Amino acid sequence: MMLIPCPWCGPRPRVDFSYGGPDPADHPRPADDAPLEAWTRYVYERDTPKGSARELWRHAAGCRQWFVVERDTVTHEVAGSHPLPGAPRPVGEDL
Amino acid sequence: MSAPGPARQPHRLGSGGHIDRSRTLSFRFDGCSLTGHPGDTLASALLANGVRLVARSFKYHRPRGIQGEGAEDPSGLVALGRGDRHEPNTRATLTTLTDGLVARSQNRWPSLRWDAAALTAVASAFMPAGFYYKTFITPPQVWPLAGPILRRMAGMGRSPTAPDPDRYEHRTAHCDVLVVGAGPAGLMAAQAAARCGARVILADERAWMGGCLLKEKTRLDGRPGTAWVADALEELASRDDRVTLLPATTVTGQHDHGFWLAADRIYDRPDAPAAGEGPRQRLWHIRATQTVLATGAIERPLVFAGNDRAGVMLAGAARAFVNQYGVTPGRRAVVFTSHDEGYRTVFDLRGAGIEVVAVVDPRPEVRGPLPDRARAVGVRVLDGHVIGDTRGHPTRGLEGVALHRYHDGGMVPVGEWIEADLLAMSGGWSPTLHLHAQTGARPVWDDDLLAFRPDPWRMPPWMAGGCAGTRGLDAVLRQGLEAGRNAVEAAGLRLTGAPPPVPAIDRDEPSEVGEGTPQAPLWAVPKPAMAGGKRFVDIQDDVTAEDIALAHQEGFATVEHLKRYTALGMGTDQGKTSNVNGLALLAEARGEPIPMVGTTTFRVPYTPITMGALAGESVGPRFAPVRRSPMHEAQAEAGAVFQTVGPWLRPRYFPRDGETLAEAVRREVLATRANVGMVDVSFLGKIDIQGPDAAEFLNRVYINGWKSLPVGRVRYGLMLREDGMALDDGTCARLAEDHVAMTTTTANAGRVMAHLEHALQVHWPDLDVRLVSTTDAWAAVAIAGPKSRQLLDLVTDLDVSNEALPFMGLTVGPVCGLPARVFRISFSGELAYEINVPAGYGDALWRRLTQAGAALGLVPYGSEALGVMRIEKGHVAGAELDGRTTPHDLGLGRMVSTKKSFIGKRLLQRPALQDPDRPALVGLVPEDGRTAIPAGSQLIATEHAAEAVPIPMLGHVSSACSGPSVGHPVALGFLKGGLARWEGQTVVAAYPLKGTQVRARVVPPHFHDPDGSRQNA
Ligand SMILES: [Zn+2]
Repeated sequence: MMLIPCPWCGPRPRVDFSYGGPDPADHPRPADDAPLEAWTRYVYERDTPKGSARELWRHAAGCRQWFVVERDTVTHEVAGSHPLPGAPRPVGEDL
Repeated sequence: MSAPGPARQPHRLGSGGHIDRSRTLSFRFDGCSLTGHPGDTLASALLANGVRLVARSFKYHRPRGIQGEGAEDPSGLVALGRGDRHEPNTRATLTTLTDGLVARSQNRWPSLRWDAAALTAVASAFMPAGFYYKTFITPPQVWPLAGPILRRMAGMGRSPTAPDPDRYEHRTAHCDVLVVGAGPAGLMAAQAAARCGARVILADERAWMGGCLLKEKTRLDGRPGTAWVADALEELASRDDRVTLLPATTVTGQHDHGFWLAADRIYDRPDAPAAGEGPRQRLWHIRATQTVLATGAIERPLVFAGNDRAGVMLAGAARAFVNQYGVTPGRRAVVFTSHDEGYRTVFDLRGAGIEVVAVVDPRPEVRGPLPDRARAVGVRVLDGHVIGDTRGHPTRGLEGVALHRYHDGGMVPVGEWIEADLLAMSGGWSPTLHLHAQTGARPVWDDDLLAFRPDPWRMPPWMAGGCAGTRGLDAVLRQGLEAGRNAVEAAGLRLTGAPPPVPAIDRDEPSEVGEGTPQAPLWAVPKPAMAGGKRFVDIQDDVTAEDIALAHQEGFATVEHLKRYTALGMGTDQGKTSNVNGLALLAEARGEPIPMVGTTTFRVPYTPITMGALAGESVGPRFAPVRRSPMHEAQAEAGAVFQTVGPWLRPRYFPRDGETLAEAVRREVLATRANVGMVDVSFLGKIDIQGPDAAEFLNRVYINGWKSLPVGRVRYGLMLREDGMALDDGTCARLAEDHVAMTTTTANAGRVMAHLEHALQVHWPDLDVRLVSTTDAWAAVAIAGPKSRQLLDLVTDLDVSNEALPFMGLTVGPVCGLPARVFRISFSGELAYEINVPAGYGDALWRRLTQAGAALGLVPYGSEALGVMRIEKGHVAGAELDGRTTPHDLGLGRMVSTKKSFIGKRLLQRPALQDPDRPALVGLVPEDGRTAIPAGSQLIATEHAAEAVPIPMLGHVSSACSGPSVGHPVALGFLKGGLARWEGQTVVAAYPLKGTQVRARVVPPHFHDPDGSRQNA
């Protein structure tokens, strides 16, 4: 079972987390009046990258924060994780 | 303690082995009373008693004996236990003998010795590779005939039918270094790590740790190998604050990031508690920083005609039965080996008084230390020969082997049969790579080793000993030491203390003397023209060399296809002994080298795990946590009948004097509508929302507007998913400019919370809003009915007049002497209030309201009456919010704000969701005024009613009730085009599963008080 590094709580087993699709930086929510095609892509279409991927995960059974995990979808190696823009900074993090 | 039985253990040696002859254990096999000793496995005890036939095979029901001595044994599967304690398909070789053990053979009918289905051996020509596939492409009318026969014959063992009386558990453990396998390499690695102060877990699937040092006659530092093992284990055990020893524990799977599952067969441990005491098995969830795999190697059988008889045994297993258990698996033995190491069997068997008649070796002119030593003691060494066939007795097993001269893959009969009741065979060793390969490592073929080696690109886990392809005990021990120290360093610990010394090994030791002649690849001995037996590759699944050739000929040329078509390696042993032979034969058939064929995928678990261990504690009442309302006790005392709703235990109805459900619900509804009723609504999801942007946040998640909601007022809201479909509905009360109390439906409470958190954190981190779930913080009771205001007035000093507390108003203050929030909202359509108090006061609230309301005719009602009243009122709920409905479909289209943006707005504008012909909410009443309209019915046009399905469908019935307040059954449903197209017309509600049809008139979905005068009163 993967260990996912929550930026606030530290590494925790995967069962504590839920997956939320790609990093919103790579898959931004369209503007309110964007064409329907853009919205359809946003809601229904996902890349399934082989290898390195930036993914959104939530520490559902912990601090309930969403954050970004860099993970290899083949080896499941986790290179790191970081909070979303605007999220509270993890305690003790260097500014 | 021991019952009278047959002659006591005729195949037990008078001395030797690691068993305790001072104690006798009695056990039963197929009703026979037998004996053994502590230190025995069921397999060794059966052999000690001369029981050679232990099972019938899976497909042909052929008589089978024990071939291996550990997890690799493909054939010795038995059913354990009696009564409710019944475990099928258990390996006799891994089952520790205990006093009173009861075991039965499997796949036999009526008995092991006389099996009716074994006649299929005669018919086996009709069961070639792919038999089942071929059978089921025959005309289907044959299936019902073949089905019952196949079902009786197929399958392995029988499932238990009664609940398992034993306990199981899961446990989580963390360590710096996990060592899998407690043979010489594993013990060295564990000691090396433990001496550095690492937290070590050492697990071994066998009840007795020591691996090959128990099975082989080996001397270390001039003492028996077992003495070294005992010292090593004692040292490890003395560090019990850092070291955990797990005997009889199979590490079954490598999962990601150092996570390992291990099945601990507690009752197989030497110090096992009595049956029924403590957990029977434990599933360990181990998180290891580093892991050393020292899982050893598995010996390969040789493939030749008649190789499945009882008495044909792996050479290493024969040695283990002699050396570890003091058991002679035969009296007259032949050794058949394609490499030098097999010759060591000669000396161990002779040492146990077994006559070794010959060594048969396909290699020509074999020279080397071990073969020469065999010749020196007078054993016939038949190099350049193979065994072409065997003969034997159905129950006694092997009686003789046929000698053939072998040259360049060709073979000629010599015309000599050698009498023997034991054939010890060895086709070489395959490193046990299962755990290594489970997470995607690709083993590489080694032409010298004639086996797959670990993937050099996937280290660590550190590998040591046989599983790394290492030969020779000295090299194995040194590699174990090195792996242990590597693991310590990689775990970030310092190498401290003295490393454990590597014991000195006799230069005469068979593993050290080296090989004179390299191993010859011999994947299958050719089949003689007149062979009596089949050439089995996989004796658990009855797959022969011919099956593999046939599968290839029929086009199943990849190893994964071959596996599925022939069932090769698909048994409970996952082909531990058969896979390499099988794919080598496939490579031969393809005319390609073995690496081109590759291996099948190694999957978890390494050996089967019982369902009990997988379930652990999560059975019965511990299957899932139960949530109870804060007023559960008070409701139980009031006679509530509870119902499981998701995790909740919720009052369904409150029967009086033997009322049925329908009678009670009718009374509860009518009493509420006439006077006043009360219902527990603590189950609703509750979310506290605070911050200056609270109203803006609501504006973005609900379809309707919130900016204008004044403090002190409540509003109904509907939220959508991003795809435009309704997610949930509920109310929000504005307690202050920056403070909102939200409710959600019971079922969606968690989902809505997650949805809101996602929106805030991912989309709008700039909004100054905080959320917290308060579902468990508040207890809530709704009082409903024309006398609800009167009741409320009795229990509070707050002004609850219609002017002070109008419909959708709220007030805060003491109610029943408890701190409360009162919301004037209604789900029933009556004048109603929801009283919320801190959860700890819930019980008091229920009891005080009950007392105060008695004079007004207050009745408690449950979820059933609540549902009836909301249907009568036409409120949508879970059956309507089914994930496929838009606001327009739900009749809530007018709530959709055009002035603002909200989640789901853009995709709600898709043309298909705007189609006026979409199914939309309608009311339905039976034309005859009395027939119930079943929920789940399909709505069809009257002109199609008499037609056979398929019929064009116009929609469906989502909710229905008997309509006690309106005097006739009513229902809600969705109809294409909705009311605009169907109002006043008749449709048919058809329920083909039950064969019912009800003619229903389409009406607006508000059956009770459509103008809302009651709730606004
Ligand atoms: Zn966290």
